Amino acid sequence: MGDVEISTSQWRYVEVGRVVLFSGGEYDGKLAAIVEIIDHKRVLVDGPSKTGIVPRHSAPLAHVSLTPIVLPKLPRAIGVGALKKAWEKAEVDSQFEKTTWAKKRAQFQKRRQLNDFERFKVMKLRKQARFEVRKTLAKVRSAA
Amino acid sequence: MADTPTTKKFAKGERSIPHHSQKASKYYPAEDNAAPKKVRKSIREARVRASLTPGTVVILLAGRFRGKRVVLLKHLDQGVLLVTGPFKVNGVPLRRVNARYVIATSTKVDVKDVGEDVLKKASESGYFTKDKEAKKPGEDAFFKQGDKPQKKETSKDRVEDQKAVDKAILANIKKEAHLIDYLSSTFSLRKTDRPHAMVF
Repeated sequence: MGDVEISTSQWRYVEVGRVVLFSGGEYDGKLAAIVEIIDHKRVLVDGPSKTGIVPRHSAPLAHVSLTPIVLPKLPRAIGVGALKKAWEKAEVDSQFEKTTWAKKRAQFQKRRQLNDFERFKVMKLRKQARFEVRKTLAKVRSAA
Repeated sequence: MADTPTTKKFAKGERSIPHHSQKASKYYPAEDNAAPKKVRKSIREARVRASLTPGTVVILLAGRFRGKRVVLLKHLDQGVLLVTGPFKVNGVPLRRVNARYVIATSTKVDVKDVGEDVLKKASESGYFTKDKEAKKPGEDAFFKQGDKPQKKETSKDRVEDQKAVDKAILANIKKEAHLIDYLSSTFSLRKTDRPHAMVF
């Protein structure tokens, strides 16, 4: 057996400064930062994001998803104003928008709003794109 | 008439005497007569949904053309809609459908150019039924069951009307990209589709 490179998996930790995304509930789709860990199931969150404010409250971890974004070296139980500054400095909103996760979310949301005719158009254009991709792939294959 | 009163002469004058069937009864009825209930319903004009305006593309949900996307032309009486495919696009002729069995989409087609006289003609009663043969049960019909059904000829008038309506609409349909393909395709639900959450 050859050498196998072993690296630790990149866990996302529940840690102070971790940005989380709410899924479902009142704050569905809004971002917040973990400010304090209450116990192994609940955290204190605060979201000063421009796209939607999440007031400081204790939230169950089951209701949030951990994003890859962490506010660096955030002190425990930071105040609202200081957190807002740290949030803007880290450019959390624009960073999250760049992720595939956020893009997919936006796409799903948009697709859900489409009417019948628009859905049909999406289906047709996707077919056309697929056809082009397959055509070039077939060309490359036959050349190889 | 049997119930007409007769006039009788007496010593001093005349008197009209009612027919014996008109006389008041001597006795009260032993049991009360059941009085029929007063009807409190009234026939109201059928009102169709606000989303069903002429020119709306609607999805038919029942009948021979279920799933087809067709253009709404006019409201007829009692919640009946006059629609057309157009026939050239998806094979749906000028046809009456029940407004309850359609989904209104938010897509509109301009139907202003459709001749008013044709629509008026089609909305007259009997336009769709006059050519229908009455089904006659009997020995003759029974023995004809095995025969090949004869192809029904569409009357020339109806063909002309269809063409006149379609021509006006088709010109407008072609203006918008993909619309003609949309109308020629049929609607159906897939496994992941949730109709209650869909926007039409």
